[in-house]
Amino acid sequence: MKRSVRCMLASLLLALGLIAPPAGAADDETLVSNLRQLNEGSFDDKAAAVRTIAESGHPRAVPVLQALLDSRLYFRIAGGGIVIADALDAGYSVTDPVSGEALGEATQYEIRRVSINNAVRTEARKMLALAGLSSPDRQARAQAVERLLASPDPAIAERMEGLIDDEPVAGIRRDMALAIGLARLEAPEPATRLAALETLDGSLRNRVRNEVRRVARNDPAPAVQARAADILEGIEERRDLWGLGEQIFFGLSAGSVLMLAAFGLAITFGVMGVINMAHGELIMLGAYTTYVVQLLMPNAIDYSLFVAIPAAFLVTGAFGVAIERGVIRFLYGRPLETLLATFGLSLILQQLVRTVFSPLNRQVSTPEWMSGSIEINAALSLTLNRLYVIAFAFLVFGLLLVLFKRTTLGLKVRAVSQNRAMARAVGVSSSRIDALTFGLGAGVAGLAGVALSQITNVGPNMGQAYIIDSFLVVVFGGAGSLWGTLVGGLSLGVLNKFLEPETGAVLAKVLVLVFVILFIQRRPQGLFPQRGRAASEG
Amino acid sequence: MKGNKRLHNGVGPVLAAGVLALGLGSNGALAQEDPIKVGILHSLSGTMAISETALKETVEMLIEQQNEEGGLLGREIEPVVVDPASDWPRFAEQARQLLADDEVDVVFGTWTSVSRKSVLPVFEELNGLLFYPVQYEGEESSENVFYLGASPNQQAIPAVDYLMNDLGVERFALLGTDYVYPRTTNKILEQYLMDNGVAEEDIMINYTPFGHSDWQSIVSDVRDFGGQGEKTAIVSTINGDANVPFYTELANQGVSASDIPVVAFSVGEQELAGIDTAPLVGHMSAWNYFMSAPTTENVEFIQAWHEFKDDTSAVTNDPMEAHYIGFNMWVEAVRRAGTTDVEAVQDAIIGVTVPNLTGGYATMMPNHHITKPVMIGEIQPDGQFSVVWETNGEVAGDAWSDYLPESSDIIASWRAPLLCGNYNVETGVCSGQDYGD
Repeated sequence: MKRSVRCMLASLLLALGLIAPPAGAADDETLVSNLRQLNEGSFDDKAAAVRTIAESGHPRAVPVLQALLDSRLYFRIAGGGIVIADALDAGYSVTDPVSGEALGEATQYEIRRVSINNAVRTEARKMLALAGLSSPDRQARAQAVERLLASPDPAIAERMEGLIDDEPVAGIRRDMALAIGLARLEAPEPATRLAALETLDGSLRNRVRNEVRRVARNDPAPAVQARAADILEGIEERRDLWGLGEQIFFGLSAGSVLMLAAFGLAITFGVMGVINMAHGELIMLGAYTTYVVQLLMPNAIDYSLFVAIPAAFLVTGAFGVAIERGVIRFLYGRPLETLLATFGLSLILQQLVRTVFSPLNRQVSTPEWMSGSIEINAALSLTLNRLYVIAFAFLVFGLLLVLFKRTTLGLKVRAVSQNRAMARAVGVSSSRIDALTFGLGAGVAGLAGVALSQITNVGPNMGQAYIIDSFLVVVFGGAGSLWGTLVGGLSLGVLNKFLEPETGAVLAKVLVLVFVILFIQRRPQGLFPQRGRAASEG
Repeated sequence: MKGNKRLHNGVGPVLAAGVLALGLGSNGALAQEDPIKVGILHSLSGTMAISETALKETVEMLIEQQNEEGGLLGREIEPVVVDPASDWPRFAEQARQLLADDEVDVVFGTWTSVSRKSVLPVFEELNGLLFYPVQYEGEESSENVFYLGASPNQQAIPAVDYLMNDLGVERFALLGTDYVYPRTTNKILEQYLMDNGVAEEDIMINYTPFGHSDWQSIVSDVRDFGGQGEKTAIVSTINGDANVPFYTELANQGVSASDIPVVAFSVGEQELAGIDTAPLVGHMSAWNYFMSAPTTENVEFIQAWHEFKDDTSAVTNDPMEAHYIGFNMWVEAVRRAGTTDVEAVQDAIIGVTVPNLTGGYATMMPNHHITKPVMIGEIQPDGQFSVVWETNGEVAGDAWSDYLPESSDIIASWRAPLLCGNYNVETGVCSGQDYGD
């Protein structure tokens, strides 16, 4: 009696457009039973439950589905009641999914996660996207349209037709038009299909390309087929062009890693003539410094790299000075012994890290601002961490260039490397400069370690993967030349990435090696030959 | 499948029956004398230590449990541990040491196929027993080895069936690390897919070196391959830590599990422990055991493992279950034979059935492979798997793949009258082992 009065009142208010429909007790019960199905049924039942929940229009439907997607939907082992749980330090705080009220805490032995599979996850994403279409937040709407563009469902296109005229953002309108155009490709009249094709012209999206290709092959009307073939050609052409851009980016990214790893060696090997087999381990120490810095500042991962960069430079630089003072200075002019001694050092450093940390890889987190990618268009997006590594490599290059050409230290380093006796005669302490140069090379290797920690595994063996490549770059680029290292690193990276899709990663590496060997046969001094101690004494 | 095949099988088994009788006679009289020695041949240092250390500890735990229950045949069991240090030739040396110097009764050990291939001649020469706990590429059956891990028909083939039949996948990218297991498995899968009507251009095969870290162009290639309209999946035999940058690159390039799912054969709980699993959620692994299996046997096993390790966050995985099954099978076979004598145990173990940890039973087949259930699990945010599909009951391991032309006519049976690990049913010829050089 009372309820029916409330219902009448509600429908009256609804009719007047005053309030949104309140969730009645009956709706709550349906939601509860649907939630149970979400937990107990088969995966097909679960997907169906997701649909029913979304279509029920219950005000809690969106938060519940979002919790399901975020793996925050749990059930009580005793009784099977569904709760939304957020992890605390120990146990979870739980809330009621239907009312949204807090229900206190639960331990990990009391609740279990509602298990879902990819099909259920996809369904939930689609339903949330549908709900997001009419969201007031433009970001949410853009994401919703983006997601729905991937699912071929005529009902969705109909929804969008109703919304497109009220959409204030041009970009979202364009995407909606695409979705509608894709749906109209199925229309019975050739004229409608032809018109739909025109709205698709110029888009680089995968799905558009595939649908247009399908029409170009199978459409019953020859006119439509011909137009589709036309448009397809344009799409493929532009996609190929962007694909080339992407490959160059991959090459630059691989090259920037090579370049960073090789800068330190360009200094120690190129300028000083020391064959430092422990170079890779200095890179590894830089990466471990990043790990330690993140351990020390767990709540400020976003800023940790700014601390890690100088820290890694100082730590590995100090190691470098110690190695030079302790070992290498006794071995100048005896390259074979230097090689063996530094190889031994590399083993010692690896074992040191294994003992201090562990033989297992360490996890270095990527700051929020380095995750994800920038989407240039549907055919090309650049991953941010790679982009930052490229920028960092050029920054290090610039700084080194300034250091060598514009500072007294750089002048002295060049003087000692070109003519030691003369440098000493004019009052340069050559042994101090040796230590500083080696320390600088080691410090730069540490910087490479910070960058590498963001794109590869940090473990005791990580240095070994880079030592050969670094020597390759330095020899190819010309010992002692920073420009040589830059050009050498980038060109080997690009070459590698262009070979990889054709030949596979293993053969690509072999071919690059063969290329460098042949190149060195023709031009033993490398791309940018320079006078250095290695050149004059060797 | 080239290699030096030697014809020297068929002699040893003839003696089996006679020795069995001897073995039975000696039981009881020797009780309480020497301990039974169990060799453990797992790398405790080097690149494989990450995976193999847990297996060495599993066998130690099982021995400890068995001793608490009064040992075996009234005798203590004593573990003999060696460290082959992830060095393949060293595996053969250590195996020789275990068998010839320490005179162990049985060996549990090895992980990679190349380490198994390198100890195989030693076990055949000195007539030892090896229990091998890891999924492998098949194409082998030795009288002296018991294969407790999955052969391709117990992991790869059902996983691909699931992709084709349940997910409607039409295009397959087979990505692997460049060595024998991925190459053989992919050869079998390629043939199987083509037999099932998948066109050659719908199969992409790519190999990368161990520890590969720059996945940009390969992932972009796969994305392109998968963006042609048909449902696409990646079948991954990528091994070791190369998986971390691989999955990260997939996430970076916006490839989610609902677009192009990955089914991996070498990524388990151990590999996921301690890495950020957010980019992996929804991708799949095919195994015969998951730590999340809700059976009491499994919970007891996990509890015992936590106590043994004194660490409540230690994970269990598929090869550990394989050792659990193998150890129990060996114990049961020794009980039946009444002796640890190699020939007697070889004879007694065929047909032995023990419970596995997922609520079923494992039986030792005459081809020295066991029956296993096959499960597909999706990676969860906590690094555990939730099972989304499993076979009805157990699948018997096939030593020689039916899908490779060179091995489709070959069968293995170590039960009389055949007693051959490589018998060609067409020509009626029994060949020896392929040691894989």
